[in-house]
Amino acid sequence: MGDFIVNTAREQKEMCQAIGVETPSDLFNGLPEDVRLTAPLNIPEGKSEAEVLSLIEDMADQNKVFRTCFRGAGAYRHYIPAIVKNVTAKDEFKTAYTPYQPEMSQGILQSIFEYQTMICEMTGMDVSNASLYDGASAAAEAVMMCRDRKRKTIYVSETVNPRMREVIMTYATAAGAKVETVPACSDNTTDLEKLESLLAEDKEAACFLLQEPNYFGRLEEPQIAEKIVHEAGAKFIMACDPISLAVLKSPGEYGADAAVGEGQPLGLPLGAGGPYLGFLAAKQDMMRKLPGRIVGETTDHDGNRAYVLTLQAREQHIRREKASSNVCSNEALCALTASVYMAAMGADGMAQVAQMSASAAHALRDALVEAGMEDVTGGEFFNEFITASKVPAEKIEQACMEKGILSGLPLDENRMLWCATEVNTPEEVAKVAAIVKELAEGGAQ
Amino acid sequence: MNFPKELKYSKTHEWLKMEDGVAVIGLTDFAQDELGDIVFINLPEEGDEFGVDDVFADVESVKAVSDINSPAGGSITAVNEELLDAPEKINEAPYEAWLVKMEVSEEADDLMSAEEYEAFIESEK
Amino acid sequence: MKLIFERGGEGHRSDFLPKNAFPEVQFEERFQRTEKPALPEVNEVEIAQHYTQLAKQAFGVSNGMYPLGSCTMKYNPKVNEEAASLKGFTEIHPLQPAETMQGVAAMYATLEKYLLEITGMDHVTFQPAAGAHGEFTGLQLIQAYHRARGDEKRTKIIVPDSAHGTNPASAAMCGYQVVNVPSNEKGGIDLALLKEAVGEDTAGLMLTNPNTLGIFDENIEEITSIVHEAGGLCYYDGANLNAVMGIARPGDMGFDVMHMNLHKTFSTPHGGGGPGSGPVACKEFLQEFLPGRQVVCEEGKFRFARQPKTIGSVTAFDGNALVVLRALAYVLTLGREGIPQAAENAVLNANYMRVGLKDVMDVPYEGPCMHEFVASAKTIKKETGVAALDIAKGMIDCEMHPPTIYFPLIVDEAMMFEPTETESKESIDRAVEAIKGICAKAYKDPEELHHAPHHAPIGRPDEVTAARHPVVRYEVKEEE
Repeated sequence: MGDFIVNTAREQKEMCQAIGVETPSDLFNGLPEDVRLTAPLNIPEGKSEAEVLSLIEDMADQNKVFRTCFRGAGAYRHYIPAIVKNVTAKDEFKTAYTPYQPEMSQGILQSIFEYQTMICEMTGMDVSNASLYDGASAAAEAVMMCRDRKRKTIYVSETVNPRMREVIMTYATAAGAKVETVPACSDNTTDLEKLESLLAEDKEAACFLLQEPNYFGRLEEPQIAEKIVHEAGAKFIMACDPISLAVLKSPGEYGADAAVGEGQPLGLPLGAGGPYLGFLAAKQDMMRKLPGRIVGETTDHDGNRAYVLTLQAREQHIRREKASSNVCSNEALCALTASVYMAAMGADGMAQVAQMSASAAHALRDALVEAGMEDVTGGEFFNEFITASKVPAEKIEQACMEKGILSGLPLDENRMLWCATEVNTPEEVAKVAAIVKELAEGGAQ
Repeated sequence: MNFPKELKYSKTHEWLKMEDGVAVIGLTDFAQDELGDIVFINLPEEGDEFGVDDVFADVESVKAVSDINSPAGGSITAVNEELLDAPEKINEAPYEAWLVKMEVSEEADDLMSAEEYEAFIESEK
Repeated sequence: MKLIFERGGEGHRSDFLPKNAFPEVQFEERFQRTEKPALPEVNEVEIAQHYTQLAKQAFGVSNGMYPLGSCTMKYNPKVNEEAASLKGFTEIHPLQPAETMQGVAAMYATLEKYLLEITGMDHVTFQPAAGAHGEFTGLQLIQAYHRARGDEKRTKIIVPDSAHGTNPASAAMCGYQVVNVPSNEKGGIDLALLKEAVGEDTAGLMLTNPNTLGIFDENIEEITSIVHEAGGLCYYDGANLNAVMGIARPGDMGFDVMHMNLHKTFSTPHGGGGPGSGPVACKEFLQEFLPGRQVVCEEGKFRFARQPKTIGSVTAFDGNALVVLRALAYVLTLGREGIPQAAENAVLNANYMRVGLKDVMDVPYEGPCMHEFVASAKTIKKETGVAALDIAKGMIDCEMHPPTIYFPLIVDEAMMFEPTETESKESIDRAVEAIKGICAKAYKDPEELHHAPHHAPIGRPDEVTAARHPVVRYEVKEEE
């Protein structure tokens, strides 16, 4: 059994003497009898490190690692350079707390400042916070921060990732905030005419959230949405895949007020769903509404450049029940991961990742159509698209799984949401197309 | 500490001056001193209405936030937006750095003169 | 220290990817980005050097003592990291079919079982990503419970004035009005004031026990029953669970719902501010409201299921799986005996440090503390002008992390120490000696302390200017 307690029984005894008690358990004498456990916990005995690892390896073996992955839908497999893992494994970063003492935390603070800058550059925004839990909860924080006494209704496109929408709905229900869903058109983009008519009737519209590329991979018309939303006096928020921003127009270029998204593609592993990284950035005028920590630059008394947590009076530890968000711990190490990834890739490398992902996805689409599936995406897409086929989606998923391929995500009986990234190869595309073709032909017979 | 004679003072450390039927409202020298370096002020918007003692703004220092209560009731007619970019003016010249102007519909009955306010501060210590 | 943007230069880069094997895609012009993001232009060599230098200006648990009260900065075992790097977990897509993530399900199911035993609760959701997120989730369960009963008049949450700031902030996010009740002299709940505060508008009470003064509230059962009698529910803030794990259980104290901080009590690293994991545990009657999906075991196979009256979801997927995995490794390692031993040693270490410091600082609350204690620099400040902040900065020069300062708000010049169980007697002795030295210096040379630290990479930063005129990003673009 490991216990990570340094003190020996002898030392513990000396400490007890100094305190004036017989044994450490005497220190608990103030607890009411009724609430003290009388029997040992009903959990297994402690184990050696070797046993623990072996047990967890057994669990890992019960998970299927797919050599080939064509699934995205909010979590993406991208290549992670070795340097990224190396940097974030450093104990100084990994085992530090929130940088409350700037004099001994400049390394952490500076890394966050660099992260904020990179997120601003990618999104075209002026200010980024230090990170939030994940893309979905960041989107919920983003729409909630747009509400004020006069503007209360939150508008969200139906083409936004349904998991993100559910989290927004959960946050809003808790606060008693109203959320309106703007429906999708048949081409899987947002019905902007409907948006216009909804906003025209609502003087209390706070914001509209649009995802680009949207859940179905489609490119929306943000420049039109921006005009509609701003004419109605509401805030325009865009949820983005950060990889796509290396080649696609940024929220800043579209005139959005805030940008939000899932930062997992920036060097974080799929990891069965977390920890991920919620990024949230905004234009200057919304700076003080941003939830979470923000690092700022200043100087020390000798004029040296220094970094500190700033604008803290917005936050829960000072504003308590008047704070607009309760966020305290964030995803700092994931933000560091994302910065190292962005630095390692550079703007050109990220554009390469984006281009290769889109290229692979378009080739996959062509191959699947060739194999008998129908492309029902409805128009231009980035690295995700939807197919329909007569063969049930689950059957395709099953057949792919047997060949070590994680297929696109079944959306309903016949439609699937596919994804490709720079890690996918022509051989993989050919292989999955062959499986689909075989099923399609088998089904036709 | 400086407490101009022509102003009225509240127990929550705001000053009020009547100018052509409009109340000009700010923070007292004592308040700014207690708050320390003011880094930001959240101000209401023109047209907002407040009753006597309602919280109409808050003021931030690095590690604290404090409510500002209204020394009169009425509707806001002007907001000193200069303070949004330069909150330090409240520290530098508290009686010049007015926060809001208000069309008064309700007067507080317990505002103090400069002398009374000075005595009040003494008694609070 | 140079920013990464100030390193490297035009054309500096590394190649990590092969050539594109597919035909290039051309997006319509109106979708194309026109302004290239100004990311750093650096080679891998420059990245390695940059972050190694940054690491030198950071301080983690592995660097030295870290007695940050309320934060439980215990050692982060390396076996946890080994476990969390297994490809069988890192390469799993969160939306894989259940039959291909049986190990992930087993991880959740196993840790759930252990955490329920440790807390005395009945069900867990792992979806919340941090402690505050857990509070928000737990309060939503309380809200959903009252709403499901048509009890709409319960609009208030009672929070003691000694509480963590996240408590009132979380309540406000649920649209609750916060009723602050003053603490008694031990930082505990004043029963008379509590009885006055509760009523038919009480949705619930949020409490951490031991409280933020490190004192176990001996009236805990009465407190929870007062709230229950008024029809409210009791929320346990698990921030201080380290003191009592394996010794006493929130479920037995009368709490209905709680969160745990896996990144405090269960040894997962804080990462400079996160990621954490804040699973929420609840009693049977709240299960139907749990968010996300729960692991269900049927005939030896795991599947995921949603609750009928679920509040929804608070994150996109099932939780911070790789953090949960680290916590599982920790609980497996400590086991039945190790868990209470950790709590006992946390309490022993805190009391040993308290006794060591009580001659030089005010320790307002007599008698044994739990895993942390609050000292005060009130007398020193009065006699020398040296404040808690100055003492904290002085500690930086002694190569240890200062305690939490100016919290809880109910103690003047508060310094809140939590050495945790993984600190040795020797290191506590060293810390106590160092603090004694600082206190002595306060009387001899207060000026030096006002300007401490003297041996850190920077002196005290100008936080006023930082807040008045925020510079929150590097301006990459050159001036034209």
